[in-house]
Order: sequence, then C-alpha cells, then structure tokens
Amino acid sequence: MRKPVKFGRLSLLLLFIMMAALLTGCGQDIMVFDPKGPIAKDQRDLIVIAMVLCGIILVPVLALTAVIVWRYRDKKGNKSSYKPNWSHSTMMETIWWGIPIVVIVILGAVTIKYTYALEPSKPIASEQKPIVVQVTSLDWKWLFTYPEQGIATVNYLQIPEGVPIKFELTSDAPMNSFWIPQLGGQMYTMSGMAMTLYLQADEVGKYFGTAANFSGEHFTDMRFDVHATSREEFDKWADGVKKTGKELTAEGYEELAKPGRSGEHFYSSFPDGLFQKIVTKYSVGGSHGAHKASGE
Amino acid sequence: MLDTIKQFASEFFVTGDPLILGAQVSIGLASVAIVFVLTFFKKWGWLWREWLTTVDHKRIGIMYIICSILMLFRGGVDALLMRLQLAMPGVEFLQADHYNAIFTTHGVIMILFMAMPLMFGLFNIVVPLQIGARDVAYPFLNSLSFWMFFFGAMLFNVSFVIGGSPDAGWLAYPPLSELSHSPGVGQNFYIWGIQISGIGSLATGINFIVTILKMRAPGMKLMKMPMFSWSVLSSCIMIIFAFPILTVTLFLLFLDRFAGAHFFTLDGGGNPMMYINLIWMWGHPEVYIVVVPAFGIFSEVVATFSRKKLFGYKSMVFAMIGISVLSFFTWVHHFFTMGSGADVNAFFAITTMLIAIPTGVKVFNWLFTMFRGRIRFSTPMMWSIAFIPCFVIGGMTGVLLSVAPADFQFHNSYFLIAHFHQVLIGGVVFGYFAGLYYWWPKMFGFTLNEHLGKWAFWFWNIGFYVCFMPQYFLGLDGMTRRTYTYDFDMGWGPLNLVSTIGGFLMGLAFIFQVWQIAYSIKKHKKDTTGDVWDGRTLEWSIPSPAPFYNFAVSPTVEETDDWWERKQKGEKPLAPIPDSALTPIHMPKNSAIPFIKSALWFVAGFGFVWGWLWMAIPAMIGVGICMLVRSFSYDTDYYVPVDEVKRTELLARGAKA
Repeated sequence: MRKPVKFGRLSLLLLFIMMAALLTGCGQDIMVFDPKGPIAKDQRDLIVIAMVLCGIILVPVLALTAVIVWRYRDKKGNKSSYKPNWSHSTMMETIWWGIPIVVIVILGAVTIKYTYALEPSKPIASEQKPIVVQVTSLDWKWLFTYPEQGIATVNYLQIPEGVPIKFELTSDAPMNSFWIPQLGGQMYTMSGMAMTLYLQADEVGKYFGTAANFSGEHFTDMRFDVHATSREEFDKWADGVKKTGKELTAEGYEELAKPGRSGEHFYSSFPDGLFQKIVTKYSVGGSHGAHKASGE
Repeated sequence: MLDTIKQFASEFFVTGDPLILGAQVSIGLASVAIVFVLTFFKKWGWLWREWLTTVDHKRIGIMYIICSILMLFRGGVDALLMRLQLAMPGVEFLQADHYNAIFTTHGVIMILFMAMPLMFGLFNIVVPLQIGARDVAYPFLNSLSFWMFFFGAMLFNVSFVIGGSPDAGWLAYPPLSELSHSPGVGQNFYIWGIQISGIGSLATGINFIVTILKMRAPGMKLMKMPMFSWSVLSSCIMIIFAFPILTVTLFLLFLDRFAGAHFFTLDGGGNPMMYINLIWMWGHPEVYIVVVPAFGIFSEVVATFSRKKLFGYKSMVFAMIGISVLSFFTWVHHFFTMGSGADVNAFFAITTMLIAIPTGVKVFNWLFTMFRGRIRFSTPMMWSIAFIPCFVIGGMTGVLLSVAPADFQFHNSYFLIAHFHQVLIGGVVFGYFAGLYYWWPKMFGFTLNEHLGKWAFWFWNIGFYVCFMPQYFLGLDGMTRRTYTYDFDMGWGPLNLVSTIGGFLMGLAFIFQVWQIAYSIKKHKKDTTGDVWDGRTLEWSIPSPAPFYNFAVSPTVEETDDWWERKQKGEKPLAPIPDSALTPIHMPKNSAIPFIKSALWFVAGFGFVWGWLWMAIPAMIGVGICMLVRSFSYDTDYYVPVDEVKRTELLARGAKA
C-alpha cells in the first residue's frame, strides 16, 4: 500500500508545477481574458463571476475529498470512528441539496441578467452611428461586404475603433461560426437567414478572427485578421480600396463561392443587393428565411 | 473488362495512403491468422455453439466488452494520430481531409462503439446477477441486440478500408453531411452503421427495463434494489425515449441522400437547423445514458470498499431520476450561438444548470459513504476516488459552459473539448474501468493483478490531466475544435505539445492494462470464494464465474445489501445447498437466428451504402424470413435437470475446499 502514496505525491507535485506554468506562462495573453471591446469585457466579467461561484463549491469539495479519503483509510490502528450502518441524516442531506440550489439560484439570476444584456442582436449604446458589415461564410473563405462604403474584402476585416459594428451574418455554404475572441463571442452563419451580431473594438490593434464551426475540408484555413484603426484611417483605407481594388461582379462572386481556399482580396464594388440575394436564394416562397432576412 | 474492374476497385477500396494500406494489409493478415487458428485447433464448432449462438447474458456481456476494448484501441489510435498532428505548429503529418475523417471516426467510435457496448456489457453481466434473476427478460432479443450492435460497428469500421471514412463530424451536421457536400459513401456508412447498432441499443433498453421491473428476486422491492440496477433502469428509460429520435433523424438524412428528399438540405425548403435540434435531442440524453450507469458503479464500489452502507439511498434514487428527466430539456445549450434569442437561451441555460444540483448531491453522498467508513485502496476504489475530483472539475466547467452569454466565447473551442473529455473520461471511462475491475473476478473466476493495475491507473490519471488541462487554456486563447494545423505565431505550440505528451501517457496506460489482463490470464489467480471484495449484493453470493443458470435456488431478499446482511448473520460464502432445495431450472435455448439476421442486416446496410438494391433487397427479405422463422419456432426453452444442477454446483463450490 506504500507505492500509491508516493505516486500520489508525485502526481500532485506534477500537477502543481503544470498549473503554475500555465498560469504564469500564458495568463497575460489568453485572448478571452484580454478583451479589447465592451462585449468581450462583459463576457470576461461574467466568466470570472461564474468561476468564483463555481470555486465556492469546488474548493471545499476537493478539500473534503482529500480529508475523508485520508482520514478513513483502512489501516491498522486508525482511530477515526467507523459506523458501517450510518447511512442517513435528513439534516445533512438537506444541507447538500440546499448549497447547490443556492449557488445555482444566484448563478441563474446572473445568467439571465447577462443573457438579456448581451443578446447579440442588441445595439451597443454609443454616440457613434454603427457601421454595417455583411459577413458571408463561403467554402472556405470569408466575404465581407461594406454596404455603406460600397467595398468588399475577402479574409480581411478592417473596422474603426470606438464605433459599434453591426455584423450581419449569413452563409452560402455549410453553416459556420464567426468569432473574434478579443472583441466578443461567436455567432453562427447560416444559409437562408441573416443573424445580427454587434461588436466593437475599443483599441487600435490587430485581432485574430476565425471560423469556429467545422464546415468541411479546408475549414482550418478560414482565419482572418481584424484591423481596428482610427476612424480617419478606416475612411482612408475604404477610399483606397474604392479606388484601387478590382470590381466584384456577379460572375466573380460565383467563382469566389466555389469550394477552395483563398488569400486576402479587395474589391472596389460588389453587385447591388448581393447579401440579400445570398440570404433569400435558399428560401422557398417566403418561408422563415426570407422573413428573418428582412427583419431583426 | 480489366479496366472496369480496376476502376471499380479504386473506388471501392481506399487507396493511396500508406497508413491505410498498412491497416488493410494487417487486417487481411489478422483475418487469415484467425481462420487458421480456429481451423487448426478445430474450434469452429466451439465458437458457434458456445458464443455465436449463445443467449446467456454473461457470455453476451463478455462479447460486448471484448468489442468495446478493441474499439477503445481504434478510437485511441485515432486520438493519438490527432495529437501527433497538433503536437507542434505546421506539422505535415496528416492532410486536412484525413484529419477530418479521423476526428469524425474518433467521436463516433468512442461514444457509440466503445462507451455504449462497454456499458451494455456491464448491464448484461451484472444486472441479472444483482437482482437474483436467471437471465434477462428476453434472452433471444438480448442476443439479437448484441449482434445488431456488432454488425453495425463492423459496417462503420469497414469504411476505413472500403469506400472511405465519413468526415463530417461525429454528429454529421447537414448540409455538410448531405450529398451536395459529402458525395462519397463515407456518410452512408455512418448512417447505416449507427442505424443498425441503434436498433440493438433500443432493444437492450426495452429488455433491461422489463428485466428490472419483472424479474427481481422475491422480496426485492424497488427501493431495496442495488444502486447499479437503479442506474441501469434510469439509463434504459432514457434510451427508449432518446434512441427513436436518432433513428428517425438518421432515416430522414438517408432519405435526403438516397431519395433526393429535402428535409435538411439548403435548397428545396429544407432546414439544416431541424437536424441539429433533433440530433441533440438524442445527443444530450445520450451522454447521460452513458454516465448514469457509471454513477451506479461508483455507488456499489464506494460502499463495498468503504465497508459501509451507501449514504442517502433515497436521495441517490431521486437525484438519478431527476437527472434523467432534466436531460431531455437541455439540448439547446449545444447551440446557444444560433441566435434563438434571449428567452430561449435563458430557459435552456437554467435547465442545464439545474442538472448540477442532483449531480452535486450524488457527489456529497459518495463522500459521506466514505465518511466513517474504512477505505480499502483496491483498483476499483482507486478509479472511483480519482473520479470525484475529475468529475467535479469537469462538472464545474460544464456549469461555466451553461452560462449562455459566456458560452459565446467557449463554444466550439478547445475549452469545450477539454470539458467533455473531462466528464466523459473522468466520469464514464473511470466508472466503467472501476466496474470492469470490480466485476472481473465474477465474470472470469480469476482476479486481475493489482500491481500492474495501479501502474495503469496512475498513467491514466496523470496522462489525463497533462493532456486535457492545457486544452482549457488553448480554447480560451482562440483555438477552435477540428483545427488540423496552426501557425507558429498563434503561440499555441507549447500547450499543444504538453497535451500530446499527456495523450501518449494515456496510451501507455492502455498498454499496461492489456499487459495486466494478459499477465493475469497466465497467472490465473483463482477466485475460490465468489466474494473476493467482501461484497454487499447478490452477485457475490454465488460462485465465480457464475453457473450458466446463475442461482441454483432463487434467493429471497429481505434487506438492501442483502448478501452483506446475510453475512452479518453468519452465512458463509459458497455454503453447500441442500439437495431438497433444488428443482429443475427453466432456461432458454441457444439460437442462430440473431447472428444470421444481423449478418443479413449488415449485407443490406452494405447494399444501401453503395446504392446496390440488388444486394439490399434480398438481404432485407432474408431479415423478414428470419423474423417469420422465429415467430413459428416453439421449441425455445428447456429444463435443466436437478442432477445437472447438483453436479455443477458441487464442482463450483467444491473447488473451494
């Protein structure tokens, strides 16, 4: 019976070293804990609150497990009490039905509050007028169309900092998910409907954007950089694309939509109502898809 | 002519990959070797009479367990291949399509062809013994269930070398799994492999509900039933509600692919979201179906090895029933990010959190079963103790995931991967290992080497934390699941390398377990008491391995933990039975129909996979004929004469002296 104990200590030590390495090594740059926008910040706060509430149960239970296993081990001369038939105590069982209920009630209340506050289609309170970016997931690339600027990009996203961005999301390929961890949580892109996701960057910087929902062979290559710049720079960039980019024609879009990987592309224009056409092409006779696309 | 054959062969067999070629060759060699050994030792008859046609629940259980261990090996190799690919940035070991196929088969195999059969194996071996029955309620159906599972699993695994593996993820979301995006036969193998084995699972669910409700020994009221049997009952109730959903969903997907229907397509009015809702209406209860029996195992093991009554029996039963019911109301938490709106998300967030309450109660009850007990650290108990911290941490990350707005950041990331591996390995695998080690002597009549078992235990546990703890951080750092490669500048390299090392530690642990089993078979330390662990329930009151009729005399039960109470009153293990107590025993006869019928299902499934109706239709007719033959066979049971019972018991009990 001696060996396992040694093993136990060894494994505990190993665990401890690993945890320490994990916490010090990468605590600073973990994306979700390094938010750069109001939505991501609120989500980070919520995650921390939930972790603390879970910790309130987790730590005592782990400690209790260790104490009980140690104290009541079957060893000669163990003087702790032994009551083989003690199997019920209304008071104690009430306590441990009660503790999780209380914690879940608190966590549930917090969750409901945040669920409504962070509903992704809810506009971000701001003095700035939101900029609309339409996002279409294709096999296996992202098409971003800027209706107000009249430009389009592939696998490249530029946004002004401090301005809410209204992302409208759809898909012209198997369902995907649009995720920029440092700006906020993800949202599915689905054919036949346009979902809304408000995000905002509070700081100038380059952020990591990715496809999060598996959509076939080259899904892994659907990553893109998000460049958050000042408003002036953003306008300058948009003008530049307008002047120097090539045109995205209807045929050009058909070509782009074919399965395959793609680098970054910049287009000075795109067919009128392209996004709406993508959304409605899958709906038959005004089913829910068309309805969703028009509204929200 | 030759060209047509060549053309056909290149579509039929998977070609051009050295890994798969190696597998094809070794499968071929292994098959030849098995046929040779069986022929050389003249074992074909033995195999047919004793195993392929048996209706004995203990043998069926053993076959389930052998299959699941083989599947654990295959799923584990899949896992290690993935970990190798991800060990460092930019590794070019697997191509994207190959990686996609591997994570798909890893998921399907581990849940449906490893966890489920291991669970059914333990159901089969333990439940009738534990409730004092001589077999399950429908022994013929039980055999049919096994063979349907077996041939379903075969059909799925065949896709590896013939036709190509499915690669649309373990739940095969459309439209990716539709003909438009997965034109190959891989997805057909997925549908038919799961469909055929799913029928078996449903039948097992029905079988064990009836067994538990109708075949308990006299005096065993439901509230005196051992906790494992309770957990089987709740699991089976979930099965009969959940599995029909799976069958219908996959059938609709089949219609889409085969008959050009538009249930889940992008065009023609189909709606892929419908599939995602349906598949999770099955998929979520499914994970509780596999974990609840593990809870039952822990309850048995913790009580036995603490030499103490299970704490809070009634709480345990209510908690388990509560979990079963709640499990059907949480499915939307798998897609909070679908934009269902705050009302829907809030509702499903709360229902999900509620599950933490009964689960927490169960943990406290196990802890207080150990409290004021005397804990022996045998391998089954070590797995049970290791389960508690692992499952509690995994459960807590589950609660984090249930917080809907936070889930927008966790969803589809490695945080989720780490979470469900922690509850499925920490809960299900640890639980079934505990059960396997606990009941092993009862199954085979000899004990497993504890020393090697402890090595395996520590490698598994350390490997587990080394493998999966880093993945939580990778997920929070933006690494999404099903990613097959990443750039150096993402900074995910070091944690992935640590994770890969952990994966291989678990691989080593598996080797230790195989070694442990091989070593113990060779040493054969016989269990002469039938009660190696000083057990509490009826299965320990009979010889190991149990005679084919289980109980020479049907026991009459007075207490919960009846065998323990009888020992307290002075009864000795394997006391001789007076001849006057013996009566002829009514038993079911073996039948070849389950094997033949399931093999025909395999042929039919294979035909449907390739769209060969000339093959599928005759095979389905064969299935129909099997059903007719069975309907008109009346000679299905017999009586074991008292003399034979006397002889068998003398041999089983006499060996003790």
